Amino acid sequence: MTAPIFADVEQTLRQQMVTDTAPNDETPGPLSPSRPVRSMGVRHGILVLELLPEALLAVARRLRDTFSFDLFLDVTAVDWLGQTPRFEVVYHFYSSTHHVRVRLKLRVDESHPVVPSLTSLYGSAGYMERECHDMYGIGFEGNADLRPILLYEGFVGHPLRKDYPKQQEQPLVPYRPPQGALVR
Amino acid sequence: MSADPVLLPPIANPVRAAFGPSRDDTVVVNIGPSHPATHGTVQIIAELDGEKVLRTDVHCGYLHRGFEKECEDHTWHNLIPYVDRLNYCSALINNFAYCEGVEQLMGIEITPRTKYLRTLLSEYSRVADHLTCVAASLMELGAMTAFLYLVTVRDAMYEHLAALTGARVTYSYGRIGGLAADVPEGWFTRLHEILRDYERYVERVHGLVDRNRIFIDRMRRVGTLTTADALHWGFTGPVLRSTGAKQDLRKDTPYLAYAELDFEVPVGILGDNYDRYFVRMREMDESVYMIRQLMEMIPEGPINVDDRRCVFPEKTLVYSEIESLINHFKLVMEGPVVPAGDAYVAHEGANGELGFYLVSTGEGVPYKVHVRSPSFVHMGGAHRMLDGYQLADIVTSFGSINMIGGECDR
Repeated sequence: MTAPIFADVEQTLRQQMVTDTAPNDETPGPLSPSRPVRSMGVRHGILVLELLPEALLAVARRLRDTFSFDLFLDVTAVDWLGQTPRFEVVYHFYSSTHHVRVRLKLRVDESHPVVPSLTSLYGSAGYMERECHDMYGIGFEGNADLRPILLYEGFVGHPLRKDYPKQQEQPLVPYRPPQGALVR
Repeated sequence: MSADPVLLPPIANPVRAAFGPSRDDTVVVNIGPSHPATHGTVQIIAELDGEKVLRTDVHCGYLHRGFEKECEDHTWHNLIPYVDRLNYCSALINNFAYCEGVEQLMGIEITPRTKYLRTLLSEYSRVADHLTCVAASLMELGAMTAFLYLVTVRDAMYEHLAALTGARVTYSYGRIGGLAADVPEGWFTRLHEILRDYERYVERVHGLVDRNRIFIDRMRRVGTLTTADALHWGFTGPVLRSTGAKQDLRKDTPYLAYAELDFEVPVGILGDNYDRYFVRMREMDESVYMIRQLMEMIPEGPINVDDRRCVFPEKTLVYSEIESLINHFKLVMEGPVVPAGDAYVAHEGANGELGFYLVSTGEGVPYKVHVRSPSFVHMGGAHRMLDGYQLADIVTSFGSINMIGGECDR
């Protein structure tokens, strides 16, 4: 099942985002600043695009405004421990007009795991970026509120990273006696 | 494990509020997590001007138990019981969505009988889930009779599902490539009776609350959302449909047997609490209509596909021939080998889009299992339904989202 919208997205991105004049756009070459986006084709009914972190905001805005991908579904990361760049940040978008999904994938390195935040485009990105920050330590530039959401203040480490041991013990939050005039 | 627990240097609070009082005459209060209206797992920090809520900071995570981390340590089969505990009001939908994700990665097409049975059970679970939500939100408004009527039906359903799966709430009934067991004798006869009971009790509830002045005053024009707002904040499911948007994955991206069924997608007008109540009530009627169609459609045949990569061999064969014994051993010890790749599968859960993002590296254990849970995303937008209304409206608006702690905090 391939939606016609996918061909439009692929073609537009090739025309507008890729500035180099490579003779054959179809060859899946490596990503570079002159070629920040490439399509990996439709997999299990979802169009998969790979891109550089710099291109994320522009691509997401184009997806939302031109192709009406108006529902930001999900952001998460995959920790490919041992590979460089180590982390793969995965986004899913849904179009309530065309009823199809698009997946964006971008790789960030362990030394500087930061991607642009999508909170300026989608309100729902705020909470999900907080979770991804909790679990993988991915930074989201532009998201002012990256407080822990599923974890708590004082939690050490990022539990979904592959090098975080499952049995890791966490520092305990000390007992706080009740305060106030009503408590005796 | 060390004997002495490490103590942190004292911190003021494990949860940091996003704001303090903005004016001299406002007060910041903390609602939950130990509060029945927040289901015991969500904390709402609210700034109040008298009774009016100026802004809220919704905080979850009190039920976080490392679901995704634990999944990476279990075979594809063994984590099915964990999946049950995400949305424990409609555990079967979670089962089937997860199984379909794995089946997609393995390239398996389920048998016709399983396809229809899964569709029927998904709709049955949806009714149970909506009954829970509507009953709880009515009880929070003091309508104890309506609560008891609805929970009576739900309890009959739980007992009925226990006859099929062996458990009342967490069923673990889905299997990769099929189901745990076929339907027992007489199960459909009882299903007919329960659906008739459902209609009788729901009719009474309609009569009790639909045009009740107190109910309307508490629900109409409270927690209003527009469609654009709902999409911007990631709302899906009944909350999005209550704003008037006809968005339903069962219609828009048909999976299982939904393409062959006749049903409507009920939508609201104003996107307020009353519409969310009514959308859920109408959706249950549609689900019952679908279940009745499905009971006529279910064909005879096997429930499990004939695929030795994932389906366990017959117990008698395990004890009598070496190939089946090895097959059984490999499936238990190493797990079903799922080809490398990733898949995102979304089903229309009772509360919204329930998505599973699965990553496999070609082993019997998943590399990553991520859940896109509607409740968690809805908590990120819940402040849009709470800000600007009364303190007491937090209870009704929050109840109409139907936040399920299990899938919200994972």
